[in-house]
Amino acid sequence: MGAGHSHRLYRHGHSPVHALPPHTKLAAVLAFVVVVVSTPREAMWAFAAYAMLLGAVAYAARVPAGFLLKRLLIEVPFVAFAVLLPFVAEGERVDVLGLSLSVNGLWGAWNVLAKGTLGVAASVLLAATTELRELLHGLQRLRLPPLLVQIASFMVRYGDVITDEMRRMRIARESRGFEARGVRHWGVLAKSAGALFIRSYERGERVHLAMVSRGYTGVMPVIDEVAASRAQWSYALALPCAALVVCLLGWTL
Amino acid sequence: MHAPDGFIDVPVSAAAGILAAGAIAVSLRGARRELDDTARPGAGGGAERTAPLAGLVAAFIFAVQMLNFPVAAGTSGHLLGGALAAILVGPYTGVLCVSVVLLLQSVLFADGGLTALGVNITTMAITTTVVAYALFRGLVKVLPRSRRSVTAASFVAALVSVPASAVVFTLLYAVGGTTDVSIGKVAGAMVGVHVLIGLGEAAITALTVGAVIAVRPDLVHGARGLGQKLKLRVNGELVDAPETAEPVPVAARSPRKVWIAGLVTSLLLAGFVSFYASANPDGLEKVAADHGIDQQAEEHAVADSPLADYGVKDVDDARLSGGLAGVIGVGVTVVAGTGVFWAVRRRRTADERAEDTTSAGTSV
Amino acid sequence: MDPVSTASLEVSGLAFAYPDGHQALFGVDFTIGRGERVALLGPNGAGKTTLVLHLNGILTGGAGTVRVAGLQVGRRHMAEIRRRVGIVFQDPDDQLFMPTVREDVAFGPAAAGLKGAELEARVDRALERVGMAEFKDRPPHHLSFGQRRRVAVATVLAMEPEILVLDEPSSNLDPASRRELADILRSLDVTVLMVTHDLPYALELCPRALVLSDGVIAADGPTGDLLADDDLMRAHRLELPYGFDPRSVPAPPGRG
Repeated sequence: MGAGHSHRLYRHGHSPVHALPPHTKLAAVLAFVVVVVSTPREAMWAFAAYAMLLGAVAYAARVPAGFLLKRLLIEVPFVAFAVLLPFVAEGERVDVLGLSLSVNGLWGAWNVLAKGTLGVAASVLLAATTELRELLHGLQRLRLPPLLVQIASFMVRYGDVITDEMRRMRIARESRGFEARGVRHWGVLAKSAGALFIRSYERGERVHLAMVSRGYTGVMPVIDEVAASRAQWSYALALPCAALVVCLLGWTL
Repeated sequence: MHAPDGFIDVPVSAAAGILAAGAIAVSLRGARRELDDTARPGAGGGAERTAPLAGLVAAFIFAVQMLNFPVAAGTSGHLLGGALAAILVGPYTGVLCVSVVLLLQSVLFADGGLTALGVNITTMAITTTVVAYALFRGLVKVLPRSRRSVTAASFVAALVSVPASAVVFTLLYAVGGTTDVSIGKVAGAMVGVHVLIGLGEAAITALTVGAVIAVRPDLVHGARGLGQKLKLRVNGELVDAPETAEPVPVAARSPRKVWIAGLVTSLLLAGFVSFYASANPDGLEKVAADHGIDQQAEEHAVADSPLADYGVKDVDDARLSGGLAGVIGVGVTVVAGTGVFWAVRRRRTADERAEDTTSAGTSV
Repeated sequence: MDPVSTASLEVSGLAFAYPDGHQALFGVDFTIGRGERVALLGPNGAGKTTLVLHLNGILTGGAGTVRVAGLQVGRRHMAEIRRRVGIVFQDPDDQLFMPTVREDVAFGPAAAGLKGAELEARVDRALERVGMAEFKDRPPHHLSFGQRRRVAVATVLAMEPEILVLDEPSSNLDPASRRELADILRSLDVTVLMVTHDLPYALELCPRALVLSDGVIAADGPTGDLLADDDLMRAHRLELPYGFDPRSVPAPPGRG
């Protein structure tokens, strides 16, 4: 299937975290990240506490540490950015190992690294424990505009179909001895992209016909009611609440 | 440019989030109009068509972002897609599609922070599509009605949309950045490198739009109303039918005015922002770092930018220098675009002459 | 071709031109009785798809009328018409637009207002009829093409239609899937209109056939007779596969 699109972050499992209704998990992760971002960067211990909280969730979800760490690689571009900050930032400077570094830049780098990593880790945990379709249900339950959720569902449903079409076009190109090597070949690639657009759009029209034929009038019928009990909510929100306590301590201490 | 969490502070992220939500709400309404198929009476209104069509276009944008365009030895770039979406399906649907792609990338792949979603949508979905579409429509109105004009307009629109997005990102960073980096450096690196990325984006977008318009011109939203003129057969020869009505104008204002206003605004903006941005006099030294910031932040491997140096070397005043660089950046863009037009227009007139002499046969 | 008291489908004087001026139908008349299985044959560009899109009111605005079980296709009864006419489109990927098989089969009935256990029972029944019950929670793109086509049939069966319209049901199927689908179609007790280029398949499944050519019904009769009529076949660009002789094949069993 199409590279990168299939929901590769998901790990099948039956942990208590997997079993939580998707919207509670989404809300919890969002609240957690907001809390993390609002924490003063000087409270270094607070970030350690956050990391431990996430570790506890990962343990409960039976997501192995190696898996989580590997997924953190997506952050690498920003790590590089963070490493540069101490060199380019303004203000007071300190000498470390003969290099002149900006104090502010060091804090900035720490800030971006710590918060960014925690954010990515939280998102990875969410994606690892929630099926794609469930995530869409969750977004809908969180009152995202239904039309937007529908668009997202169609994108998810047809992402593979279209990347697959793109792959077949590439194979067709290569079978005829074409290999894109440089800017000179962009024309051919762009023609493929254009053809892909036409196919996608026309498929959209056919899907629309198929939907209308089965009684679609612009509103998706409700097939699954996802409801969350009070207990499930409190279970899910334990993470951001604990984080909030840490954050408040971070501001006051 | 998917910003992670903690990159922009909370108030600014929240403000960007509200802006993004507003823009999406407006787009949800607008997209119904854009995707309404009045040509087929029984086919249903825009409301029904929006979800499947926008969903498929979003899937297309997602897929096409994975299409690698080799630049040179081992490096390659890919399309960002904002301008392409705006031109192919209209600005509202474009905003929706790119936003949905960003939303899913953030939720499914942890690519771009959840709290930074508003920032990412504002810079990558809203700015690119709106700037690209405004420029595109303006140019299409000013230029002669032909397919080449559409291609040229796509080129310029995509070219400007990428640095525009970088400028907006820099503005957000200036207000809500969490590290005290000289804004001049950020702006310099961002705009400089993005002009280069924009060149790639522009070439790919223009070629792709050209490929679509050659086969299904009716699917190119931005080029609606450019369809071929009706012909009448008079004494065995094809004659242009008298035009009955102008194609429905998308922008109510005069296109030339919009174009000029847009140009002036972007020049002013670029100049002003850079002037303000390079407030710090020693902001022109760490050129290497400047490169680094963006090349890493952006997954594109692009060669050094001629403007990455950002400041204009011989001007002593740092502020002035930064401002000038901004203006020059936009200027170069415009000049390059105009050059393309001239070339296109010349070829077109030449073609027309050729066509005239060989007696009208095919028209596109 | 027994005359049946209530007709499932009555099409009379149907003519239609697309907004661009291209006229596809020039007065189509035919009637299909309840429980009949009829093949609609015709060369490319004969107007078959245009005709199909009229049956559930996706295309309207031309001349003539279409009635489904006595109900005229038009704005007034659109929801009811779309429930009664089940169209299975050619590409199952277009038809299966929901994330899982179950949700897709449930889409039509749910849009008609069904909920809960009743909806679930309807989905199970439809999937069982096409032998796909065990694939209920799979995403459609993980199924083989033949399986997807069967699920596509189930999505329509779940709406308990009066008439099942299939657009090229045998295209892209391997021989085993083709036979399985034929068995399924034979086992259904609904009216079937099958649009196809696959003449042996039409002969195998449909006792009666219509030939649509240049926007009108050019012939209407027992499938075997039409396929054996060489002049008719040639006149309408219909060709039998090499070595296939409709006269040597036993006629399909009709239904009482």
